[in-house]
Amino acid sequence: MNKIANKQVICDVLMEHAEKEKDLIVLCSDSRGSSSMTPFADHFPEQFVETGIAEQNLVSIAAGLASCGKKPYVASPACFLSTRSMEQVKVDVAYSHTNVKLVGVSGGVSYGALGMTHHSAQDIATIGSIPGMRVYLPSDRHQTRALMEALLSDQEPAYIRTGRNAVEDVYEEGNVPFVMDQATVVTEGTDVTLIACGEMVLAAKQAAEELSREGISARVLDMYCVKPIDEAAVIRAAEETKAIVTIEEHGPIGGLAGMVSQIVTSHHPVKMAAMSLPDAPCIAGKSQEIFDYYGLNAEGIAKKAKELLA
Amino acid sequence: MNLVEKSYQIRQDVLDLVYNGKAGHIGGDYSVCDILVTLYYHVMNMSPEKVKDPNRDRFILSKGHSVESLYCILADQGYFPKEDLKTYSQFGSKYIGHPNNKINGIEMNSGSLGHGLPVAVGMALAGKMDGASYRVYTVMGDGELAEGSVWEGAMAASHYKLDNLTAVVDRNRLQISGSTETVMHHEDLGKRFESFGWHVIHAPGNDIEALKKAFAEAKETKEAPTMIIADTVKGCGVSFMENQAVWHHKVPSEAEYIQAKEELKAKEARARE
Repeated sequence: MNKIANKQVICDVLMEHAEKEKDLIVLCSDSRGSSSMTPFADHFPEQFVETGIAEQNLVSIAAGLASCGKKPYVASPACFLSTRSMEQVKVDVAYSHTNVKLVGVSGGVSYGALGMTHHSAQDIATIGSIPGMRVYLPSDRHQTRALMEALLSDQEPAYIRTGRNAVEDVYEEGNVPFVMDQATVVTEGTDVTLIACGEMVLAAKQAAEELSREGISARVLDMYCVKPIDEAAVIRAAEETKAIVTIEEHGPIGGLAGMVSQIVTSHHPVKMAAMSLPDAPCIAGKSQEIFDYYGLNAEGIAKKAKELLA
Repeated sequence: MNLVEKSYQIRQDVLDLVYNGKAGHIGGDYSVCDILVTLYYHVMNMSPEKVKDPNRDRFILSKGHSVESLYCILADQGYFPKEDLKTYSQFGSKYIGHPNNKINGIEMNSGSLGHGLPVAVGMALAGKMDGASYRVYTVMGDGELAEGSVWEGAMAASHYKLDNLTAVVDRNRLQISGSTETVMHHEDLGKRFESFGWHVIHAPGNDIEALKKAFAEAKETKEAPTMIIADTVKGCGVSFMENQAVWHHKVPSEAEYIQAKEELKAKEARARE
């Protein structure tokens, strides 16, 4: 079992670049520990900005830094970053067009039993609805690294959401297919397509294995690039398979499901099912317990796929 | 042309802009006018030739609704042709009712209140990191100070000892619903900022000579950011607009336009003598 959380990979990659890239700045809102940025703060104190528990200020300061040529990475719990500072993201980052990268850590229901204040089941909806904001939910540590390398080389704002704990690898080290802003085909298939993002990709991959044992060929798309979504991959899935299931660690409104169905309905309607967290405060528990309760696991996904194909 | 003349000339340009465009926040345009004239014609190291210069001073109009005064100053200084302002508030124009950084000379978009100071903190912090010589300026409205983000920014500015940052409060004591002290009182405003670790200067905000001195003092202040509390008159320069909350965003009638123009022309002529 992998022990490295995706958020830790983000810190590792930033540290690798910070040595030669002196304009690279990390900002935290008393969140250096929760976002795994303590090593960065310790090794690069000159490139680290602490704002205290003030997420609005956090994002505006980052925008000011970016407007003066810095390359800020803002790391804070996704629940606060995506709602408390939403207007700062809209105005100071997106509208003023500043090169600020927002890293929302411990997203979704990572904070499990801490309750709705700490869940971020709306971040795709809030940040994704802002013109000019890109939204990425990488699935494992290897993809997180590839994504970070790509983001470090561009000058556009983006939001990256990761979970809290280490998750099992989806990809093998040294064999991580990655093209920026294109969905990764995890498994090829012809009967049904499972489109997932973030931690749900692993569950979708496992569901495809279960379906395969029952003679059902499931394609798995890792839609880490929720926005800009890979429209061509969605259209191919609609044309080449009989049904589509979307799976996301997010509420049902304004997330992956809505974005996929907009494409499907206007290009090539096929049967669809949307699997997500509920439009209600989530039940308390560990992440996996919560996923299991809402059917967001291999068994639940396989069952949903079979219902669609029946 | 002295700066008092200039300020009355800019007020006339603003009057034309608001009257022709049938939109604008003229009361606040006139209270902040002398602050902006002092900054753009005397204080800041900023000019159309320097818009890409990394060492230029930075300015954010946090009270973005006073953009008409800023547009008229930028046009007068040659950041863009005055002709461009004919499209102000028209369909498809980039000269909209709040600052827009698609316009030459405007650094950041504003309009939603409480953003300018925290963004200016980021700019000043970048200057400190780089050992750069530029200074950062922002102007806020007094009604704006009810936004919590202003105080988050104020906290960070003193924490990081940003003596390259000067903020101004356009203290005209009126906001859209009436007196600021009735809507949400701010006194003792100076003490509030002092308690946040700022160097505070009180200045008459429609007196250009006094403002020059205040900005000079700010520049000399070390280890702390400076807040200039500029006591101004909303609608300053036009008798029937002064201290009237209704002129927050009223458009003058033809008769009001003619009277305002005459008053401003007369004041410009007096300033010339």
